[in-house]
Amino acid sequence: MARTAVSGRLIWRAATVAAAHWETPTARTLVLDVPDWPGHLPGQHVDVRLTAEDGYRAQRSYSIASAWPHPEGKVELTVQRLDDGEVSPYLTDTVEAGDQIELRGPVGGWFVWRDKQPAPVLLIGGGSGVVPLMAMVRARSMAGTKQPFRLIYSVRTPEDLLYADELRRRVRDDAGLDVHYVYTRKTPDNWPSPPKRIDVAALNTYGWPPDFAPDCFVCGPTTFVETAADILVALGHDPRRIRTERFGGTS
Amino acid sequence: MTQPGPRGAALDGNAMAGDLREIFAVDVTAARFMCAGCTHTDAVATLVVWHQSPGLVARCPNCSDVVLRVVRAPDRVYLDLRGSVRLEVPLEGS
Amino acid sequence: MGIISRGFGGRRRESVPGLPPGQYLTHDFPVLSAGPTPRIPLDRWRFTVTTETGEKTSWNWTEFQALPAEDVTVDIHCVTKWSKLGTTWRGVSLDTLLADVESAADYTMVHSFGGYTTNVPMEDLLDGKAWVAYKFDGEDLEPEHGGPARLLIPHLYFWKSAKWVNGVQLMPDDDPGFWEAAGYHMYGDPWREQRYQGD
Repeated sequence: MARTAVSGRLIWRAATVAAAHWETPTARTLVLDVPDWPGHLPGQHVDVRLTAEDGYRAQRSYSIASAWPHPEGKVELTVQRLDDGEVSPYLTDTVEAGDQIELRGPVGGWFVWRDKQPAPVLLIGGGSGVVPLMAMVRARSMAGTKQPFRLIYSVRTPEDLLYADELRRRVRDDAGLDVHYVYTRKTPDNWPSPPKRIDVAALNTYGWPPDFAPDCFVCGPTTFVETAADILVALGHDPRRIRTERFGGTS
Repeated sequence: MTQPGPRGAALDGNAMAGDLREIFAVDVTAARFMCAGCTHTDAVATLVVWHQSPGLVARCPNCSDVVLRVVRAPDRVYLDLRGSVRLEVPLEGS
Repeated sequence: MGIISRGFGGRRRESVPGLPPGQYLTHDFPVLSAGPTPRIPLDRWRFTVTTETGEKTSWNWTEFQALPAEDVTVDIHCVTKWSKLGTTWRGVSLDTLLADVESAADYTMVHSFGGYTTNVPMEDLLDGKAWVAYKFDGEDLEPEHGGPARLLIPHLYFWKSAKWVNGVQLMPDDDPGFWEAAGYHMYGDPWREQRYQGD
């Protein structure tokens, strides 16, 4: 592997779908074979480009869900289907193992977590905004580091939870990781509170206090990110420690 | 990130990472910009990016002036930087 | 060239005869924006023509509404490759707005609320080719589509039809506007596919 992560300009390359599995009825993880993948940091994304037979092209960005190194040398993307979308329904419903898509990446060196960062980490994800945060959770486990990690995961219903089993297992096995769920439309049975959007109370109660000086990563729909980042600042978190990634639209 | 105002469908500067890495050997989204309008400085990744337009328009999160424009033609990329006084680019491994 | 993605069709699009090269037909009206949508109260709206010598002629909303208006049905072509046929607008012709202006300028810069600009040759604004439009499809023009009023200059790519228009500056020489300075074509004729500089 002659390429390194920092060398030269990026080019598009063909990735082959090695496997795919559903995470929820509307979200699917694609496991990709990417020749000469240079490795990536958790939080980085890739651009995916699709070309139709008549030459028409569409391009979207997707966060990388997996950590690197990956046990099988693969790169995983989790794609949430947007019903009026152009690219995501293709990636969730049409593409099959063996198919090729074009990919450019990894890109983005700002919304990333490095295992050398000593601070506690507060992850706040809305919907499929949990994907790059999951890469961080996985990378922490892979690196065997001990920074306290807390994930606050806002999701519509229990059926929409990505990585539900893995998160349950990791909370049990990964010391120093915990997860709090916020359900916005429907809660599980016997949940202590009715459905609600992420609010001051949730972040105040379940987030790290500002004097822990956590590194905060917020990812989700634009309105979700605005709300969560504003609350963090209002609670006294240092804006310089808050990193955000919006993926447009409303929650 | 605390500024009020309608961001609509705008994204963060992160979203430009791919198009910029096609031009530059370094990740420009991790660089710091200084806005020509208000001298606000922060990571390029924090710019407010309007992407549903003929090109990418990255505006200052503080004053909303245009800091950077990226237009992609089939065989070239145009990068308009008149809205930024400077870019401060961290070099990896130094 | 990249690889073809098996089974990928993309958004439904029709390539019908009679469209400019490289364009697809759309039936909805995509909203493109390069910044926040300005909300302009009508009592603060003003349209100003400024000549190359600095003389200004301007209309407030009431005065503008009193000018003779025209109903036009035109095809529009966006540089992002969609075209929309038979759109109906109501607006004031630039012939009307420029009728009493003394100028020898060959070029203009169109200005908008929010700071957007686009350059258009003077002759392309005249002779029934351009309007300041304030109704679309019989309704008041929505802010997302450029309301209260936008330029309508359908024979050029639609980025020239500046949303939230508030004035025209007349110039002796051609200068690039917002997109033209960032790589788009100075003129933008869809029939000659003048998308980018050098096309």
